[in-house]
Amino acid sequence: MIIATDAAGQAPAAGSAETRTPILRARRLVKTFGRVVGLDGVSLELYPGEVLAVIGDNGAGKSTLIKCLTGAEIPDEGEIFLDGKPVHFKRPQDARAAGIETVYQNLAVSPALDVAANLFLGREERKKGILGSVFRVVDQKGMRQKARDELTALGISTLQDVTVAVENLSGGQRQAVAVARAAAFGSKVVVLDEPTAALGVRESNQVLELIRNLRERGIPVILISHNMPHVFDVADRIHIQRLGKRAATITPETHSMTDAVAIMTGAARE
Amino acid sequence: MSQHTTEPPTSALDLAEEFLDRTTPLSRIRNTLHRYPAISPAIVLVLAVIVFGLLNERFLHPANLSLITQQVAVVGTLAVAQTLIILTAGIDLSVGAVMVLSSMVMAQTTVHLGIPAVLGLFLGLVVGLAAGAFNGFLVTRLKLPPFIVTLGTLSIFVALTLLYSGGATVRGGEMPELLTAMGATFDIGGVNFTVGVLMMLLLYVVVALILQKTAWGRHVYAVGDDPESARLAGISVNRVLMSVYLAAGAILALGAWIQIGRTNAASPNAGAELNLDSITAVVIGGTSLFGGRGTVWGTLLGALIVGVFRNGLSLAGLDVLWQTFAVGVLIIVAVAVDQWIRKVRK
Repeated sequence: MIIATDAAGQAPAAGSAETRTPILRARRLVKTFGRVVGLDGVSLELYPGEVLAVIGDNGAGKSTLIKCLTGAEIPDEGEIFLDGKPVHFKRPQDARAAGIETVYQNLAVSPALDVAANLFLGREERKKGILGSVFRVVDQKGMRQKARDELTALGISTLQDVTVAVENLSGGQRQAVAVARAAAFGSKVVVLDEPTAALGVRESNQVLELIRNLRERGIPVILISHNMPHVFDVADRIHIQRLGKRAATITPETHSMTDAVAIMTGAARE
Repeated sequence: MSQHTTEPPTSALDLAEEFLDRTTPLSRIRNTLHRYPAISPAIVLVLAVIVFGLLNERFLHPANLSLITQQVAVVGTLAVAQTLIILTAGIDLSVGAVMVLSSMVMAQTTVHLGIPAVLGLFLGLVVGLAAGAFNGFLVTRLKLPPFIVTLGTLSIFVALTLLYSGGATVRGGEMPELLTAMGATFDIGGVNFTVGVLMMLLLYVVVALILQKTAWGRHVYAVGDDPESARLAGISVNRVLMSVYLAAGAILALGAWIQIGRTNAASPNAGAELNLDSITAVVIGGTSLFGGRGTVWGTLLGALIVGVFRNGLSLAGLDVLWQTFAVGVLIIVAVAVDQWIRKVRK
């Protein structure tokens, strides 16, 4: 059976989810591009410590939804709450400052810079004392140590040489660097956009493992993916977009992949 | 141990084995060059010095070596500005023209308007900054390619220089001492050095430290490497680019001061060849024209290589055209090597 969502966007979602307060909540978001309706009153809830997958066909509005949540687009209507407080992101930097870190599909890493420099890119830490305050010297040693600690904490124990340029890494390793960067700075929510799309089987498994590690550390994850096996492998709940609306929110326990595809394509009705 | 040993833990991402491609000697060399792009120009410079030293004993004479450094001082200074811009995947065809314009302003305002020398230098600096700001504005706001922008401003700055100066050279004798101070010489162990050379070296140290040790330096590399990634990492790409063009303008003004000292004059017709020579030094120094890779130390080596080749070939009695020929070959080899290095793990 399919769990319906009511019109007010209050999802009587699976499990005990409704008894907790969402860390990130979107209420009836509307976004139009000219005459094209990207989002038609979509609501979404992300609860602490869960992996929420967002799936949907091309043009179903999942990218637009994610862009609204991460500040890349500004919704025309609707509200977004982080930790229960309303937030209004104008730019991706706003969302990041509030604690929503996004790993983009095209991997925002700088190939020529090393792993540690990439982890701290855009928020370099300076040395203490006059060297840092007046001469603005960065604390290379400290940042490298923190980078090592962070990678170890995420279970990426074999990527210990943080002085290697990112271009010398494989696709999976680069993804690991990008994810580590997203998780490294006390972020409240990590959003992963198609993290396994360009990866082989083994590297995909590494990234899925990384997502589980994030959950174990208590960082909730929004995972956008086309890959049903991956979604059903790691997600706690699955938000299904269809035609600019939330068609349903299901769980891997109560629904099969066939059910999910049926809702996605409209073969099964709410 | 009869059976195969336990598998490595899969929970940890077993990434170590993916560091392949380090096995063949050639790829190991390539990886090393990739990591330290200044190595290849350093080797070329050492070889060139040895070969020219063998060809003509006068080459290694301290006075001759000192002369090479003096000949390199101006182009070496301009090449620092050029390096900053090329690191951001840009290019500046107007560095020589800006330098000359700035030097004319320094000379004319002090000699013809009777302004104090310090103020004249300051006005020259303002001209350099304004030129940099103009280039930077066109690159960041109008989103024009740096090549086209500076091709245009090259003509503009050359014309402004000739209009402003009326084509007249200002001789060093007419200028206050401060303006020609960069040409002053001093002795270290019987070898003559000029203040200008010292100033150039100081500039290299300062810029190298800034690029290496500050967040701004890292951002310059990140922007040249991949501007979109840099933007998504929260770096303001336009601000970094603008600051690079401004810094370049200030360095060009310093170059103007060194040029006045070196030639003991301010000539509106000087520096035409410096536009391209600065690019030559940067490219031979191992900095990639695609941005994000290279060091100013490489550029210093590049400038010295060009100086050593010109000087060495002329001491060897070859026609001056062969110097130009040799520099051309150097450029092509340098870019080919860069291309090969960049193929690393692709």
